[in-house]
Amino acid sequence: MSEELHEVRLVVNGATYDVTVPGRRLLSDALRHDLRLTGTHVGCEHGVCGSCTVLVDGTPMRSCLMLAVSAVDAEITTVEGLALADGSLSPVQQAFKDCHGLQCGFCTPGFLTTITAGIRDNPQPTREEAREMIAGNLCRCTGYQNIVKAVERAAELTSAPRRSSSVETPPGEHL
Amino acid sequence: MKPAPFSYRRPGTLQLALESLAGEPDAKVLAGGQSLIPLLSMRLAAPSMLIDINALPDLDHVTTAADGVRVGALARHAAVLADQDAVRVQPLLAKALANVAHSTIRNRGTSVGSLVHADAAAELPVVLRLLGGSLDVASTRGRRTIAAEDLYVGLLETSLRHDEIAVEAFFPALALGEGVAFDEVARRHGDYAMCGVAALVQVDGDRVVRARAGYLSVSEVPTVIELTDAFSVAVDEESLAAAGEMALAGLDPQTDIHASADYRAQLVRVLTARVLRSAYDDARGRMLARVER
Ligand SMILES: Cc1cc2nc3c(=O)[nH]c(=O)nc-3n(C[C@H](O)[C@H](O)[C@H](O)COP(=O)(O)OP(=O)(O)OC[C@H]3O[C@@H](n4cnc5c(N)ncnc54)[C@H](O)[C@@H]3O)c2cc1C
Ligand code: FES
Ligand code: FES
Repeated sequence: MSEELHEVRLVVNGATYDVTVPGRRLLSDALRHDLRLTGTHVGCEHGVCGSCTVLVDGTPMRSCLMLAVSAVDAEITTVEGLALADGSLSPVQQAFKDCHGLQCGFCTPGFLTTITAGIRDNPQPTREEAREMIAGNLCRCTGYQNIVKAVERAAELTSAPRRSSSVETPPGEHL
Repeated sequence: MKPAPFSYRRPGTLQLALESLAGEPDAKVLAGGQSLIPLLSMRLAAPSMLIDINALPDLDHVTTAADGVRVGALARHAAVLADQDAVRVQPLLAKALANVAHSTIRNRGTSVGSLVHADAAAELPVVLRLLGGSLDVASTRGRRTIAAEDLYVGLLETSLRHDEIAVEAFFPALALGEGVAFDEVARRHGDYAMCGVAALVQVDGDRVVRARAGYLSVSEVPTVIELTDAFSVAVDEESLAAAGEMALAGLDPQTDIHASADYRAQLVRVLTARVLRSAYDDARGRMLARVER
């Protein structure tokens, strides 16, 4: 018996993709294998590590805990969709660069999407709120300190978006 | 790993969903998927069909009235937690929900799904049991209401029948003189707890009229224990310790990879005292705030 297939229209980073997938295709696999958007990383595949986090209608969700067929009515944003229209880094991406918020980079797509939504909902997080914002994402390299700083830096860049960010001295003790 | 093959339905009406479910003995309902999809990926579950209820209309409500909060089957944990009216009428909801996973999981997982999944380590089943809430379920045969005390029958097992879809949960409001508290101990913040306790205390002046606590992650099912007798004289260190022992007498802590039975018993003692004290203070504080108004 051949497996039942579904025609699914996914809207990812503003582009429309028509794919044919079985019901069991995880959204994370549809993004990576069918759409070739390999920026979304898959670590644990059961919701714990956070590296596969994408924005579903702007809200962070685990793409490994969604079926592609179930994502039909949503607009999805992956890490590939975070940069600004002119190709320059978004405030959160710039902040990670400024604060050395990544090492191997495996976890980074999930942090970037999570923090992008986090800063939008809470533009001026306290240190405690910054830590809470990333509490559901695991990183095996950085020890998190520079990621927390990147959240604060991203908040700063977002509240003053027109200043040329990359030449400024980033805040805090991390240098 | 990847899920085993299944056929997939995404019905647009509750009636169609119920018909599909009734016609397929191995079908499962898909709500937020935050518990079910990991089980599929690990191949601990292999249903023949998934019936995705995410396209059903009018099920994502959080409705608050004087008697309590009604939560629709598609209301996500995050929506309940963010609902100011709901958490004012029943503050235990917010106290417990803040401990349910991390925000990214709460954005997708449904509160009703958590009640039906019936994980002994989950917060909301204990809250529903402690408050004496209920669950409304529908099937092609009609609708019925299951009282929380009749809902949990075994490990990961409820009294829902195979062809029933839960449509709405009801969490009763905080009554006059009542106070609530919640606390848990987990390896990491956001993880499933090794032991968690929710408490409901009713006072008259500084006297305890009723005290009950609900326990998660200690027994196979969410368990509620009457502790009123421990507080017949006063609420002090002695009576709080006695309440801990009284609770243990009604529980049977188990050993698993996360904690030994002895350690769980110690958590029951410590958390019972802590949470009962804070529910008592909460009840007293609410009464005082009323008098001052
Ligand atoms: C990393 C991680 C950490 C977590 N930590 C916690 C935690 O600390 N505490 C906690 O309580 N939970 C935790 N969860 C689970 C989370 O709360 C789930 O969202 C919840 O348990 C199930 O809700 P759901 O909507 O995702 O249900 P689903 O996963 O879609 O379904 C779960 C089960 O319930 C059935 N079901 C769901 N809805 C209905 C319905 N309306 N009618 C009939 N059957 C239904 C399904 O068929 C399935 O068997 C965690 C999950 C993850 C991935
Ligand atoms: S891959 Fe999805 S949370 Fe780890
Ligand atoms: S940078 Fe390597 S896992 Fe986070």
